Amino acid sequence: MNSPTGPAPAAPAAPPDPALSSRALARRRRREALVGFAREYARNRAGLLGLGLLLAIGLLAVTAPLFIDQTHLTITGAPGESHEPPSWQFPLGTDNFGRSILDLVIWGARVSLTVGLLATFVSVTLGTLVGVTAGHFGSSGGVGGRIVSTVLMRVTDWFLVLPTLVLAVALAAVLPRGTGTIIIAIGLTVWPPTARLVRAQTLAVEARPFVERARALGGGHAHVMGWHVLPNVMPVVLAQTTLLVATSIIAESTLAFLGMGDPTTISWGGILEAARTAGAISAGIWWYIVPPGLAIAVVALSFTLCGRAVESVINPRLKGQS
Amino acid sequence: MTTTPTEADEPTGAGTTDVPAPAGPTGLGRAAPVATYVLGRLTTAVVSLFAVIVAGFFLFRILPGDPVRAMTEGREVSAEQREELRRQFGLDQPLWQQFLDYAAGLVRLDLGISFQYREPVVDLILERLGPTILLAGTGTVIAALLGLFLGARAGWRPGGRGDRINTAVALFFWSVPTFWLGLLLIVLLASGRGFMPGLFPTGGMVSPSATGPVETALSTARHMVLPVLTMVAVIYAQYLMIMRSSLMDEKGADYLVTARAKGLRDALVRRRHAVPNALLPTVTLIFLNLGQVVSGVILVETVFSWPGLGQLFYSGLRVPDLGLVQGLFVVFAASVILMNLLADLVYPLLDPRVRP
Repeated sequence: MNSPTGPAPAAPAAPPDPALSSRALARRRRREALVGFAREYARNRAGLLGLGLLLAIGLLAVTAPLFIDQTHLTITGAPGESHEPPSWQFPLGTDNFGRSILDLVIWGARVSLTVGLLATFVSVTLGTLVGVTAGHFGSSGGVGGRIVSTVLMRVTDWFLVLPTLVLAVALAAVLPRGTGTIIIAIGLTVWPPTARLVRAQTLAVEARPFVERARALGGGHAHVMGWHVLPNVMPVVLAQTTLLVATSIIAESTLAFLGMGDPTTISWGGILEAARTAGAISAGIWWYIVPPGLAIAVVALSFTLCGRAVESVINPRLKGQS
Repeated sequence: MTTTPTEADEPTGAGTTDVPAPAGPTGLGRAAPVATYVLGRLTTAVVSLFAVIVAGFFLFRILPGDPVRAMTEGREVSAEQREELRRQFGLDQPLWQQFLDYAAGLVRLDLGISFQYREPVVDLILERLGPTILLAGTGTVIAALLGLFLGARAGWRPGGRGDRINTAVALFFWSVPTFWLGLLLIVLLASGRGFMPGLFPTGGMVSPSATGPVETALSTARHMVLPVLTMVAVIYAQYLMIMRSSLMDEKGADYLVTARAKGLRDALVRRRHAVPNALLPTVTLIFLNLGQVVSGVILVETVFSWPGLGQLFYSGLRVPDLGLVQGLFVVFAASVILMNLLADLVYPLLDPRVRP
């Protein structure tokens, strides 16, 4: 480290390395950390598989308008007959309106992934805010801070114990129908585990000397939380985020299946709900049921594999265990 | 829906913080700490219950804006009928009066009237309580036994072949939406179309032709197979992961070295020494995850038309019958809180290390 207050070097002829300004040093260290992270991650075969699957599915979802004719996805513009079994024209058969199920499933990835990612974003933000605040004020906020922290954790515990589905469904039922409602309903109900995890990590970080140094130098609450705690909590948050996307996507499909979704959009859960109301289940029309569910399972599993891989990289204790 | 299996790898999170430290005097003078502990837990439970009541009021009376409009959405209702409904549900009163009426009703176990069935919500719930307890109880017991058994095997040799297969299967079932698994089972084993004959009924609890107690019981058992299978498949994974990580925590303990030094066989060291200790923290986590059982039973009952609380909840959502949904919301939440209180009170009896 270059210490600016240290004694000036006697011989200026050999400057240590002109590129090593403190900012450049920080950047280089960050890059090295990233490369090290990528290398560690690449060693996890299951994690790579999950990442590959996600990239492929993401690409398919983004480019879907290029190879799917949207009029074929409407009820009136359906190209086939009702409940056609799989054929060359319709590799996964058709639904009760004659739409290609393959097209529906690919198109459904757009809504399911969007809702999953946005709901995760909402809940991770909420969970991180609550967790960092509770952890920070619990360890260094005096009596008032401890009260804030206790109240926050009590609220978290309360949400943690409640049946998530019941709460999410209740929210979705009373708010106006729509994709935004689904995102809010999921985001507001799945955050408590993140808050607990982040709080634990915050407490660990706060106990370290550099936080005490920052505080001794006059760093306020916002400074300590934003500059010192948050960056050190981020790895845990990243792993938790990846895992939460899986939860959110399953939650989205569940809400859509219970009829809480936006009926005008196509999502995986919505396709399954339509199949059930159309009587495809008892009629045994398997090609209507299997593909959407399989899509949910593959995406959820991929996110879970990625999350576990990230977790094992940042948490050496887990190494060799999974 | 809440917890991921990996998160169960952190038993320090929920498990230990909820349990008081093994401090405090032993022997004489133990009555005071015990009383404090019990009182503390009771207070927490009461506060939580009160929060549930407030949340129920907020969710279903304040958030929808106009509950009557929400109830009558998409139907032809005249202005007089709306006024009548408003009066019937007490919505013409000021908010604080509504809240007091609602809270006082809850104390008298009056959950209001269902808009759809025109019956008191409590009666509807009591009618359907039995089937739900039968289904959820059977499913949870089987899932817990299976999960703990497999988790103990997997955690004893982490990284081994058995562990990897077990974890992979559990992760797969965990990634599958509950309702989809149920739908698949129906298509495969009950619809009678395609490759398999219809082995099991597609839904319901008893076939109407069954007469007499024996026949009814047999018919119920046959109707239960697929729903229970679905529930077990979806919830056993979390028990497996909890037990696995809990056993892995115990693996380094000194008393296992002693047990091995005595010359005990490996299987005995596991069964007699490691598993009983690993089981204790698992108990709390199992109770903490009961919310998931409730979520699971709602979906399974919906898919299999099982005449229980979950299906009632679903029928309330479809209308929407907010009075019914509100009542069930309070009942589901309260039951989970009470079960957690029970776990908190029973746990110190099981584990002397955390006795206050």
